[in-house]
Amino acid sequence: MSHLTYIMAAYALAVFMGIAYAVDAWRRAGRARRRLAELDPRAGQRDQA
Amino acid sequence: MGGIFGRRRAGVRYVGLLFLQDTALDASRSLHRFANPGQFLRLSGRLLPYVATASIALSVIGLTWGLFFAPSDWQQGDAVRIIYIHVPSAWLASGGYVGLALCSLFSLVWRHPLADLAAVEIGPVGAGCTALCLATGSLWGKPMWGTWWVWDARLTSMLVLLFLYLGHIALIRAFDNPERGYRAAAILALVGAVDLPVIKFSVEWWNTLHQPASLKFTGAPTMYVGMLAPLLLSILGFTLGFAALVMARLRAAVMERRIRGLLMARAREAA
Repeated sequence: MSHLTYIMAAYALAVFMGIAYAVDAWRRAGRARRRLAELDPRAGQRDQA
Repeated sequence: MGGIFGRRRAGVRYVGLLFLQDTALDASRSLHRFANPGQFLRLSGRLLPYVATASIALSVIGLTWGLFFAPSDWQQGDAVRIIYIHVPSAWLASGGYVGLALCSLFSLVWRHPLADLAAVEIGPVGAGCTALCLATGSLWGKPMWGTWWVWDARLTSMLVLLFLYLGHIALIRAFDNPERGYRAAAILALVGAVDLPVIKFSVEWWNTLHQPASLKFTGAPTMYVGMLAPLLLSILGFTLGFAALVMARLRAAVMERRIRGLLMARAREAA
């Protein structure tokens, strides 16, 4: 495969960025859900329903 | 006779205006019904796993097909495989900005309660897609053009889009009062939308090093079907991924807003 370094760099960048954004969103949502459950347990149950 | 026709035309115009007014009111009511944060959390909680799974599946299939099974280009060789990352990220950079501008419009005109939060959450994801588009463009440009960067109309207008995204993100955080930040950023987003047609038509208006569009909304694609199929799968996968990311971030933002409200209410009770 020609220009393999450039191709691999492009794919690695895309995969890295996708994972970074997904992990950030998942951790942020988890943190917010836990904090909300602490402050208002009924609201958390209502939103899950 | 002329008087009768004149009155009839005026009547038709009046009914048309009433219809438009009713449609706008219905749209506004529907938007506000969907804008209920609790309803959004319930609906997005159900949708998110499906959207995320479909996004991962389509992206993996599209990228694997593009990387290993799609044919190479007779002129560019295997470097053309960067297209399966570059084009979806370019599409999402522009498409994300359209979403940002629409949310800004809803926020400014209809005071939609979720639109300002949606604009805040689209910004960083759109900026990431624009940066990815520019980076993969450079990685493609170096072996094909012999340079990482040229001040070509398409590349420059895309760089302006990245600055617009970064400006939007910075402007929101520049005010002590978040509402003022949202408003200023919404105006910037609407003004910045003028860059979108410049990006789209830059390859036609100016003599650019960047190639013309391979995919068009009107007219047949100029690509071989063996390359087009994985590209369309990647575009669909990336688009669903963008939607899933924005949805997940927006869910977190809605919960964070509710936490701030609860903390403020408790502080008022304690005072």
